[in-house]
Amino acid sequence: MNQILNLLAEDASLSIHQLAVMTGKSEEEVKKEKEMLEEAGIIKGYRAVIDWDKTEKEDVTALIEIRVSPKAHLGFDEIARQIASFEEVESVFLMSGSFDLCATVVGKSLKEVAFFVSGKLGVMDSVLSCATHFILKKYKDSGISFGDEPEDERGRE
Amino acid sequence: MNAAANEGFMDYQKLLNQTVQEIKPSGIRKYFDLAHQMKDVISLGVGEPDFATPWEIRQAGIDSLKERKTWYTANRGLEKLCCAISKYYMERFGLCYAPNAEIMVTVGGSEALDLAIRALISPGDEVIIPQPSFVCYEPITRLCGGVPVIIETKAEDSFKLRAKDLAAAITEKTKLLVLPFPANPTGAVMRKEDLEEIAEVLREKEIMILSDEIYCELTYGSPHVSIAQLEGMQEKTILVGGFSKSFAMTGWRLGYALAPEAVLKQMLKIHQFAIMSSPTTSQYAAIKAMSDYEGYIAPMREEYDRRRRLIVEGFNRLGLTCFQPEGAFYIFPSIKKTGLTSEEFCQKLLQEERLALVPGTAFGDCGEGYVRVSYAYSLKHITQALERLEKFMKQFD
Repeated sequence: MNQILNLLAEDASLSIHQLAVMTGKSEEEVKKEKEMLEEAGIIKGYRAVIDWDKTEKEDVTALIEIRVSPKAHLGFDEIARQIASFEEVESVFLMSGSFDLCATVVGKSLKEVAFFVSGKLGVMDSVLSCATHFILKKYKDSGISFGDEPEDERGRE
Repeated sequence: MNAAANEGFMDYQKLLNQTVQEIKPSGIRKYFDLAHQMKDVISLGVGEPDFATPWEIRQAGIDSLKERKTWYTANRGLEKLCCAISKYYMERFGLCYAPNAEIMVTVGGSEALDLAIRALISPGDEVIIPQPSFVCYEPITRLCGGVPVIIETKAEDSFKLRAKDLAAAITEKTKLLVLPFPANPTGAVMRKEDLEEIAEVLREKEIMILSDEIYCELTYGSPHVSIAQLEGMQEKTILVGGFSKSFAMTGWRLGYALAPEAVLKQMLKIHQFAIMSSPTTSQYAAIKAMSDYEGYIAPMREEYDRRRRLIVEGFNRLGLTCFQPEGAFYIFPSIKKTGLTSEEFCQKLLQEERLALVPGTAFGDCGEGYVRVSYAYSLKHITQALERLEKFMKQFD
């Protein structure tokens, strides 16, 4: 596995210098490799993982199970891309199991998300049904725990 | 009448063993106690992994409890565990130890060290101890009436034990050489060629080696070599290992000793009377650990290696130079350019920047001018600590 990828997957804020030191490569090499990963579309972006509940922002997120009916010229991929193109949609996955696609949608209020589902998503020709689940509390996201950091209890040796 | 009221009659100093009273408490402790009293302290002081024991290993411990395995085990340890340890040494080092005669499971590597020294040392016997090194060898030797003979290893030798120093330290009374590599606190390792020189000195001598290899899985340059692997050395070696450092299992208290049957038999006797058997739950967990040792250790070793590179570069950049440590999870940088003693440096750093390190002198007088820095901490934590250190070092520019 690519070391740079592993490190960035854990902490995207690592500097070129830190990456170089940790992998034993030169800064020039790391810079080049990182750019290559970006250009190849392997690294898709860099975002902070934020616990919005600790801020003023009152966004709501919903997880929506979607059943669709693919057609000859409109397969799962095309439908998923159409759904992904709505700016309210944060992520879209193709699923196995009792529904086909799963999307997470962010809105300012329950109402806004509900209107998005009934007004934009649910009315799409290829969408058979939607089941909307609102996320009430986040415990862990992107591998980062949202609880209080456990105290380091070592040092009593 | 309570104990306090009784105290007037009791002359404890007279009652207590003189040797025990003369032993100083570990110098590592002091800084932890200080640090615990202050707020917002960041420490790079701790000598144990920050990882939790891999989940499957913990699960194996839990399963054993559910299965009502709550009794003593055999004195020597579970047969299955002794066999697993035997298999590990064969696969990893090509060393052959009989599970039912040359292996015993102990309460941490620490107990194994204690047993080995107690089994060998009579009053007046000399024990050669390279320093800076882990804190227990000297006091245990003294408790047995033995005489510690200290060899000071040096930064310019990458803190390796040199054959000429060993040869010079040997007398007719020498009974035991402690060989603690990969080393706490320096991170030094002995490569095969370094060990060959040591073996050459010992080959014709009746001296046992206590090889403390608790960090044997945590090497970053080349795989660990045990002195027992060298021609004619296994019969002279008591090899001590354990689960604490390699599998992040410090709290489980489980280690082991491998030694020639005649030696192990005596160690087992002390263990039998002093301990009975090592913790049963831990032994079941350890069987699981051994079932896929590389699978559990490799990810942690890789993570330590990254941190090691980051922290070595960080200290060197600030002028606190250290040689490239190749084992354990410590670096041992020189603080001589500050003009402070190790104690002063640590005290000042703790007071001014709330960063806790351990003075090199906790590991022997020759640790003066150095500090021990542990990188058993998250990258984020290490980065923060380096920032505090950078601020602190400005005054010495």
